Amino acid sequence: MSAGASFRERAVDLALRRATVIIFAVVLLYFGMQAPLFLGVENLGNIVKQSAFLGIAAIGITLVLLTGGIDLSVGSVMYLASLAAGFAMRDMGVGVAGGVLAALGAGALLGAINAFFIVRLGIVPFIVTLATLFAFRGFGAFLTSSRQFDFPPGLRSFGLASVMGIPVPVLVFATVAVVAHLALTRTTFGRQVYAVGNDATGAVKAGIPLGRVRAAVYVISGATAGLAGFILIAQIGRIDAGFGQGREFDVIAAAVLGGASLFGGVGTAFGAVIGATLMQTVNTGLAFSGMNLYLQPILQAGIIFLAVLVDSLRQSRQMLRRRRTIRPIQR
Amino acid sequence: MDALLELDAVTKEWFGVPAVSDLTLRIPRGEVVGIIGENGAGKSTLMNVIGGVVPPTRGRMRFKGADYAPAAPADATGAGIAFIHQELNLFTNLSILDNVFITGFPRRFGLADRRAAATVTRTLLERLDIRHDPETLVEDLAPGERQLVEIAKALHRSVDLIIFDEPTTSLTPRETVRLFEVISGLRREGRTVIYISHILSDVRALCDRVAVLRDGRLVDEGPVGDFGIARMIRSMIGRELSSLFPPRSAAPSEKVLVQARGLSQPGVVEDITFSIREGEILGLFGLMGSGRSELARIFFGLDPVAEGSLIVAGRAVSGGPMARISDGIAFVTENRREEGLLMDAPVAENISLATVEQLGRGPLGLLDRDVERAVAERAKVDLSIRASDLSRLPVRSLSGGNQQKVVIAKWLAAAPRLFILDEPTRGVDVGAKYEIYALADRLAAAGNAVLFISSELEELTGMCDRVLVMNRGEITAGFDRAPDMPHFDREALLAAAFREVVA
Repeated sequence: MSAGASFRERAVDLALRRATVIIFAVVLLYFGMQAPLFLGVENLGNIVKQSAFLGIAAIGITLVLLTGGIDLSVGSVMYLASLAAGFAMRDMGVGVAGGVLAALGAGALLGAINAFFIVRLGIVPFIVTLATLFAFRGFGAFLTSSRQFDFPPGLRSFGLASVMGIPVPVLVFATVAVVAHLALTRTTFGRQVYAVGNDATGAVKAGIPLGRVRAAVYVISGATAGLAGFILIAQIGRIDAGFGQGREFDVIAAAVLGGASLFGGVGTAFGAVIGATLMQTVNTGLAFSGMNLYLQPILQAGIIFLAVLVDSLRQSRQMLRRRRTIRPIQR
Repeated sequence: MDALLELDAVTKEWFGVPAVSDLTLRIPRGEVVGIIGENGAGKSTLMNVIGGVVPPTRGRMRFKGADYAPAAPADATGAGIAFIHQELNLFTNLSILDNVFITGFPRRFGLADRRAAATVTRTLLERLDIRHDPETLVEDLAPGERQLVEIAKALHRSVDLIIFDEPTTSLTPRETVRLFEVISGLRREGRTVIYISHILSDVRALCDRVAVLRDGRLVDEGPVGDFGIARMIRSMIGRELSSLFPPRSAAPSEKVLVQARGLSQPGVVEDITFSIREGEILGLFGLMGSGRSELARIFFGLDPVAEGSLIVAGRAVSGGPMARISDGIAFVTENRREEGLLMDAPVAENISLATVEQLGRGPLGLLDRDVERAVAERAKVDLSIRASDLSRLPVRSLSGGNQQKVVIAKWLAAAPRLFILDEPTRGVDVGAKYEIYALADRLAAAGNAVLFISSELEELTGMCDRVLVMNRGEITAGFDRAPDMPHFDREALLAAAFREVVA
């Protein structure tokens, strides 16, 4: 099909493959025309900064999606892991660095609980993480009696700080993205994540430690959710009982928007970055152009739907091509 | 003679029923050993035992002179045995390089060194004469090339024994020739190969030794020079070919029942025209990918067709499967596990599946379980389905042959005129095969038309009145059974099927 494909067909293919980027460009252009200030460096920087929270968690869940799994508990992990970091900072006196580690560690631990049920007990990821979605939030509410929890004041100065002009959340976001990208493309583990999502039984036959790979992605997803939650808390300074609630869907949407397939085997770390940033861009842009805020979710839904539609179009084109090659097609 | 792998009185029983019994076999180092046998002869069980998928019930194995008792597939891999199955074990979303190194990359500064891996992969690919960049995605490769990638993986692990299980079924003739060259190359390098195949001429051309399995036993073994095709067949089936098939009980009438005219779908089939008479069994022969199953799907309304018409019993048929069923078409699929049966539903429910609308009673159309059971009981007696409790027993628990009978019973309940049997005997043991052949004969004798699709030439020549050959989506030849009922011209049939079309 490579040599025979016409220019038009190849152009359509490329457009479908780069759909998210194209949508992104169109969205930027549109809001830029609505309000020129929108494309200013300061505003674009703000968008990236605000995307960090969603993006970090989206990168983690992309790994889960790559193996063909799902993690519905990320919103609750954000809450409980940040809370754990808060307790560590307030009661044990660990500093901000200790808080970061506590959030990461608590997130990883919660992810490990998911992994235990999924890998060891063989329960479907959807059910396990649906259960822990309630369990983790419930445990957090039990610890705080659903009251607001105030972090030590040092935290906000960290969350709002900049290093060489780059805000801390952006730095963390970039670090997570680069590490995840390298892990996915340049380590044996990363390649095995893709392999597991392509064919799990085949992975076992090929000698891939299936259980370990699957467990690892849930631990990683938990850790990034914890880190994401903490990064947002660091900018607010307090946490209330509803923190992170329903965010699992934003996170999954960002990953899918970035090209991750819910069937596994397809997706990249940078895709998740783009997906999360695109969602934030739409939010900010709507605020900028003074559009009715209640229209926001509808527009977001429209964009997600468009991206997924394009993805399925691309896949059905591929399927068609693969099946119909018994004989050459005469034109 | 130095043996690489020795099997000593190996027995594997499934619930007390032996699949492999008391098998003693030596695989000499550096030779290509062909293992042949019918479906159900024990070949796959034997390979699963060697591959550590299942442990033997009794007996011992020795590999490279040491005791060998693999507990898991990884043990076989670690010992230096590679399997190349019919269904390849490649990750299509990854590149050739990723597939070769998936269990461990070379590292540099803690990260996978893709450049070093690419160099190694390139050397492997050159040895196998594959002209692709190591970073090419496997999904962009042709089936034959994918198989060579699987071999490249084995070479990378520097294995001693490579076991091929029906490797040529999805390959074009040209790819097959290339595979054989590669296997000869492996032998020259001193590697040992076990080659399992149904294509006896391939075994003759490629192997040094032949081992024949029947009913789980080793019934014949020796250097390939002693094995003519006739001896192979005799050893495999343990009797002469003629008794494998029931006699045809009635001759087809002159009346045309099914007429396909100019069916074409770009890229799939081209100008398919033929007719089937009442009482006729028409064979459709072709290799995998020749378009025979696709044609069956078009007949049944599962796939679209751009041009042409299909007439069954005087009526032009169109629409989807529902409409086709009521127009009198029945489709016994190639893949009964996935398409033909609800594996976990009871036998009776499966039998009533195609006719469930007729079983509705009362204003709400509630299902009449008593009638359903009665229909199933009748089918059970009629087709001698071996199952105890029809309304409880899930189909999954039946043997392959009995499962296939359930599929046929389901369609019989709908009283169709055209039966499309797509590989009806695949994965069915010899005895049940005979019963399925007898059923095909009965269907035809009752005045129906039967389209018998198969890649096994024996059963087509044994059962059919006429055989059409498909190749690249076209019907390339047609053969009649001579009037005095001997056999078809097998060589001509095979030649027509293998014809390499100049693209």
